[in-house]
Amino acid sequence: MLAMALKELRQLGRDRRTVAMMIVLPVVLLVIFGYAARFDVTSVSTIVAGPNAEGVARTLPDRFNVIATHADWNRDQAEDALRRGQATVGWVTSNGRPTVVLVDGSNLFGAQSALRVLAASSGTVRPEILFNPNLETSYVMVPALMGMILVFIGTVATSLGVVRERQTGTLEQLAVMPFRARDIFLGKILPYFGVAIVDLVIVVIAGLLIFRVPFNGSVPVFALGAILFLFVALGMGVLISTVSQNQGQAIQLAIMTLLPQILLSGMIFPLDSVAIGVRWIGYLLPLTYFVQIARGVMLRAAPLDSLLLPMAMLAVLGVIVSGLSVLRFNRDLAPAGGRAPGGRAARRRSEAAA
Amino acid sequence: MTGAGRSTTRSPEDLATGWGVDGVSVHFGHVLALDRVSLWVGEGQVTAVVGADGAGKTTLLRTLVGTVRPDGGRTRRPAKTRIGYVSAGPGVYRDLTVSENLAFAAGAYGVRGRGARDRIEALLGRIELTAARRRLAGRLSGGERQKLALAMAVIHEPELLVLDEPTTGVDPVSRAELWRLIGGLAAHGTAVVMATTYVDEAERAASVLVLLRGRTLLIGTPQSMVGSIPGELYELAERPSSPFAWRQGASWRLWSPDGAAPPEARLIEPSLEDALVIGQLALEAPGGSELAA
Repeated sequence: MLAMALKELRQLGRDRRTVAMMIVLPVVLLVIFGYAARFDVTSVSTIVAGPNAEGVARTLPDRFNVIATHADWNRDQAEDALRRGQATVGWVTSNGRPTVVLVDGSNLFGAQSALRVLAASSGTVRPEILFNPNLETSYVMVPALMGMILVFIGTVATSLGVVRERQTGTLEQLAVMPFRARDIFLGKILPYFGVAIVDLVIVVIAGLLIFRVPFNGSVPVFALGAILFLFVALGMGVLISTVSQNQGQAIQLAIMTLLPQILLSGMIFPLDSVAIGVRWIGYLLPLTYFVQIARGVMLRAAPLDSLLLPMAMLAVLGVIVSGLSVLRFNRDLAPAGGRAPGGRAARRRSEAAA
Repeated sequence: MTGAGRSTTRSPEDLATGWGVDGVSVHFGHVLALDRVSLWVGEGQVTAVVGADGAGKTTLLRTLVGTVRPDGGRTRRPAKTRIGYVSAGPGVYRDLTVSENLAFAAGAYGVRGRGARDRIEALLGRIELTAARRRLAGRLSGGERQKLALAMAVIHEPELLVLDEPTTGVDPVSRAELWRLIGGLAAHGTAVVMATTYVDEAERAASVLVLLRGRTLLIGTPQSMVGSIPGELYELAERPSSPFAWRQGASWRLWSPDGAAPPEARLIEPSLEDALVIGQLALEAPGGSELAA
C-alpha cells in the first residue's frame, strides 16, 4: 500500500499544473463564489418617461436607479427601451392618469426587486410586467441554459482534440504536412461546429416544447449570436487543448473555464449584484453575452441594433481566442531552435528517447 | 540495397541534386543534441542513420524535415508538399480505418478526386492491406501499422522520404516487407533517409551515418566503413585480456590497432557491425579519434 501511495505521490508531483490547481483552485473558487453568489438586487436601472418625468424621478425610492428621464416619451417608447435592454423598469407618467410602471420580466431578480418595493409603497402606481408576465423562472433560465449546455459540450469536446494528437504522436506528423496553423484550427472546430449547431437546434426546440419558453424575436438574429458564441466556445476548447499536455489537464482547464461562466455570466446570479472586484471577469466570458442575446431575442424580441454590443464582444472574443490558438499552433508546428513539435514536456520526453 | 551508392561524405556543393544537412548543430537547453553533423541523400538513394538510443537520430531527422531548427549549419530539403515523413509514433490515426487514414493523408497533400482514389487503391495493394481497408488502424498489427504509415507518407509521391525507425518493434517478416517497399520507392527515384538501430538494415543502405551522442562516429558506404578500419580483427574462443575485445555469439572478437594478436587468434574479415564497435572503441580509447570512412 505504501509503495502504491508513494508512486501516486511521485506521479502527482510530476504534474505540477494539477497540483497547482488542487491548491489554488479551492481558494479562487471560494472567493469568486463568495462574491458572486448574491440574489439580492439593490439597484434597478430605471427610466422615467412622460410629462412629469423629472418630478417623478426625484421622488422614486433609492432602489430605482434613474439612468434617464424623457419628458417627450410615451409608453411605447419606454417599452421599446426596455425591449432593447436599456433599463429594467420604465415609469410612464401622464397627465390625469395613473403612472404605469413597466417592469422587464426577463430580468427576473431585478423585476422581483422592483415589484417588492412597489408593493411596499403606498402609491397609486400600476405595475405592468412585460416579456415574462408571470415571472417564470424557466423563461429566464432556459435561454441561458442553452448557452451553458453548448459551451459545456463545445469546450470540453474540442479541448481534447489537439491534446489527443499530441499524445498519439500525430501532431509531429501534422507539423511536417503542408498545413498552415489556421487550417488546423479551422479544421479542428468545423466538425464540432456542425454538431454544436445540431445541438443548438435540439435544445431550442426542447426549450420551446417542454418548458413553453416563448421565442418572440428574430430567428436570424438569434442564429447570428449563437454562431458567434459557438465560435468562441469551440475556439476556447482548441486553445485549452493547445496549452494542455494530456487529456486530464485539458478537462481540468475546460471545467475551470466553465465554472466562472456559470457563476459570473448573469445566468444564475444577476451580474449587477456581483461585487465589482469579480464582476469584470464576467465581461470576459462569452456566456455573459450569449445570455444577453438569448434572453433579449427570445423573451423581449430585442432587435439586432440593440444587441450589437454583445455581438461585437463575442466577435472580439472570437478573434482573440482564435488568434491565440493559431499562435499556439504556430509555436507547436513551426520549427523552433532546438525544439520539436508537441509542447515543451513532450519535447523533453521525445528528445530523451531520441 | 538500392541506389547509385553516392556517398554521404560528398560535399553539398558537389551535389547538383539531393537533400541533407551540412554541419548542423542543435542544442536543447544546455544539452548538445547534434554537433556539426552532415548528411546528404541523393535521388533514388537510401541513407541509413544508425545509433543507439539518445544518439541524436530523431533530432537529425527532425532537423532534416524542418521541425527542429538547428543552431548552426545548413539544411537543404524540398518543399513541405514534396516531403514524406513517418515519425517514430508512427503517426497513424488509430480511430480511423486504413482507407480513412490514407484519404486524410491524400487530402492533406492535395491529392484529390480520381487520382487520390487510384493512388489509395494502388498503395493498399502494395502494402497488402486491401482486405483490411475498413479495419481501424488501432486494430492492425505493429507491422501493418508501420506499412500504413509508410503508405500515408508516400501518397503524394514525395521527393524525400524520411523514416524514423520504421522497423523498430516489427516482426522479421514485416521488416522484410517494409524493406521491400522502401527499396521499391528508392528504385522509383525517391531519396530515402531512415533511422534504425539495426545494423543489418544499415548494410542494405547505399550510405550510412553512424551517430554517437550527437556526433558523427562513422560516415560513408557500408563497404568503405568496413574498409577503413585500422589494424586487424581477430576471433578467439577465450576472452583475451585486451580492452578492445567483445563477445560475438559463442566466440570473442579482438580488435588490434597495431595488428598484433595472440597466436591462437584467427584473422577474420570485419562486418559493418564490427566496424561500428571498433569505431566506438577507437573514439573512447585514450587519445582516440573518429574513424574516417
